[in-house]
Amino acid sequence: MERTEKAKSQNADNVLDHFNLFRQPQYLEMFEKKKCEFENPVPAEEVEKIREWTKSWEYREKNFAREAISINPSKACQPLGAIFAAVGFEGTLPFVHGSQGCVAYFRSHFSRHFKEPSSCVSSSMTEDAAVFGGLNNMIDGLANSFSLYKPKMIAVSTTCMAEVIGDDLNAFIKNARDKGSIPQDFDVPFAHTPSFVGSHITGYDNMMKGILSYFWDGKAGTVPPLERKPVDRINIIGGFDPYTVGNMRELKRMLSLMGVNYLILSDNSDVWDTPTDGTFRMYDGGTKLTEISDAIHSKATVSIQGFCTEKTISYINEKGQQTAVFHCPIGVRATDAFLMEISKLTGKPIPEELEKERGRLVDAIADSNAHIHGKRFALFGDPDMTLGLTGFLLELGAEPIHVLCTNGGKEWEEKAKTLLEASPFGKNGSVYAGKDLWHMRSLLFTEPVDFLIGNTYAKYLERDTGTPLIRIGFPIFDRHHHHRYPIWGYQGGLNVLVWILNKIFDEMDKNTIVPAKSDYSYDIIR
Amino acid sequence: MLLTVGKRRLPAKKTKRKKEVLVSGLRQIAFYGKGGIGKSTTSQNTLAALAEMGQRILIVGCDPKADSTRLILHSKAQDTILHLAAQAGSVEDLEIEDVMKIGYRNIRCVESGGPEPGVGCAGRGVITSINFLEENGAYEDIDYVSYDVLGDVVCGGFAMPIRENKAQEIYIVMSGEMMAMYAANNICKGILKYANSGGVRLGGLICNERKTDREYDLADALAKRLGSKLIHFVPRDNVVQHAELRRMTVIEYAPDCKQADEYRTLAKKIHENAGKGVIPKPVTMDELEDLLMEFGIMKKEDESLIGKAKVEEEAAVCV
Repeated sequence: MERTEKAKSQNADNVLDHFNLFRQPQYLEMFEKKKCEFENPVPAEEVEKIREWTKSWEYREKNFAREAISINPSKACQPLGAIFAAVGFEGTLPFVHGSQGCVAYFRSHFSRHFKEPSSCVSSSMTEDAAVFGGLNNMIDGLANSFSLYKPKMIAVSTTCMAEVIGDDLNAFIKNARDKGSIPQDFDVPFAHTPSFVGSHITGYDNMMKGILSYFWDGKAGTVPPLERKPVDRINIIGGFDPYTVGNMRELKRMLSLMGVNYLILSDNSDVWDTPTDGTFRMYDGGTKLTEISDAIHSKATVSIQGFCTEKTISYINEKGQQTAVFHCPIGVRATDAFLMEISKLTGKPIPEELEKERGRLVDAIADSNAHIHGKRFALFGDPDMTLGLTGFLLELGAEPIHVLCTNGGKEWEEKAKTLLEASPFGKNGSVYAGKDLWHMRSLLFTEPVDFLIGNTYAKYLERDTGTPLIRIGFPIFDRHHHHRYPIWGYQGGLNVLVWILNKIFDEMDKNTIVPAKSDYSYDIIR
Repeated sequence: MLLTVGKRRLPAKKTKRKKEVLVSGLRQIAFYGKGGIGKSTTSQNTLAALAEMGQRILIVGCDPKADSTRLILHSKAQDTILHLAAQAGSVEDLEIEDVMKIGYRNIRCVESGGPEPGVGCAGRGVITSINFLEENGAYEDIDYVSYDVLGDVVCGGFAMPIRENKAQEIYIVMSGEMMAMYAANNICKGILKYANSGGVRLGGLICNERKTDREYDLADALAKRLGSKLIHFVPRDNVVQHAELRRMTVIEYAPDCKQADEYRTLAKKIHENAGKGVIPKPVTMDELEDLLMEFGIMKKEDESLIGKAKVEEEAAVCV
């Protein structure tokens, strides 16, 4: 079929990307036609009128009175967190008891964030499993996973479907064992992770507790429970952490500098950063299985993100260990508190090298203070990260105005308020627990800020409200390799500082971009 | 230097509240049985008798009808966990004090509740409620937890009370009626599913007299066939009905009557039955029907009776 020159969209000598392709007249014409013929459009002025109204205080009040709908909640579901925790263990295959679609989502979510393959299997439940129960799926699924992917351990979590029909993982896994799906002594810890309860951090907590209690309390009745014999070592649990690759390595570096005897429970820094050298690594690195058992004997466990480990830390406490809980230590003060607690627990002094790093971060903050001081910020994210970032912003002399957390509850709200109240830079700040990004939109329109900190989904808020976005959080899909940089520790603080500054300067440059018009000063220096 | 920023020690209260490790020596039992067989009445009377013996008791009603605690609380129906959770927004917003009521002889009562008939998922309600109770320390400082579960083990949710570390013994309330025996056998199938992988056992059958033919013999034989025993045969007595109308147990309404003693005997038997449960051996439908024939309730091999109305049957005899 011959096409006219006009209709020809592409030309082999100059292939247009879709960004530009769809701006060609024939496409613009088509879109317009489609709108008129099929979309039953209201007049553009009407759309504009309503758009303006949604920016008002009146609409904000209606928006905050909303009860029956969430619009763009900033949270994911439990199994996602369970998988995150599970892959941090040596040779561990996460197994989600539920439908395939759920697992496809978890895998793509992680792959898009970490730019790495994310291995995870499902028991592929369909309608018959919903009616008759998923026992057969568990039996076949475990057998297939074990023989195909040769894991050292399979960590089972659940989805909505399995939870609603009441599948009992403990009984199912025992049955699968008895049917010979997996060897009698093969480790299959599990956690019930109903997706409709809590968020991904709840799932992280449940899976972490599930794995520890499986190893410590007698591997689901197959061996005697472990008896704790305290040794001079501390456990570290990182929590659900989008910067895990950078953070874990930074953490290990700091602890090694201090000469601390430590054990990281769930270290996924290698599995989500495998090298390209011709070998596919389905599993890489992680906490050794023997170390999980050893961890019961440690004198203390430190959770770096307390809201991700509420049940886990309670459980470890009951076993007789000391516990210390932090909330994503970003910046000078939070890192100080973290290192001093480690020092207190282990008796190891904080080495000069770390003190120097602290001084360098303080120096960097001082160097840039003029640009950050008094800038107004809105931020959202997981409970621990929002606390960590709020603390750091206050330290920088920035003003956190809107601090929002969809999966934060009363306890988070109190902590965030206390944090704001403790600083003069926090006096204009408000805290929003359980709110979503549509609430955030109203906040940004009615009480504008200079910058917004959030994950990739905040891109739409940036476009909608014109608030420049600094990407920190989970997931980050539209920028690469951020997860390789730590945000914890003094080095991490430096990274966060630079990300914030870069955006501030980018905005400044945008504002002075017109030659001989807006470039009054010597813009080469900021 | 401020050290409090970003640091959080768990308050003692929280640790206690979230305690899930079950106190050793805690007896966990569950009552199952066909709908309308008198589970709730039997269980509440028996538990009242156990309370009389000085046992500290928690009743967990696992029936959307929420009628498992009315005789203990003298109320129509208590506010259920799920109802209160729906009002509060989510189950995480509830405190244990909101859902737990104290009744006769300090018996603690909770009702899991559930959806209206025909909608939603009652089984999930049971799971949610039991998880809530465990996570919030409802099982502390008590000797007995009793789950009162509706009808049959219709789905995984209603099996929640028999998962590992939950009920150790199941008591099936039944009668000499065919369908009650069917249900009892079905419940045994449910128990069997969990018994091999977990610790749940069949404590025994409780026969609630319906005055059917050779009822005691039949119940006793079924219990034996299931590899268990007939724990107690509760005779029919109208005083139960009188007490029930007053929203009371017989133990409380007429403590000196004969029926109260029957429940006391049953309570004592259950108390002494700790650790004596068995893995049931459910029978096939054919075996169950054979049992009925054995006791002369159905004539053996008499296919001519099947599907025949009483008049037809009598007419046939007259000829």
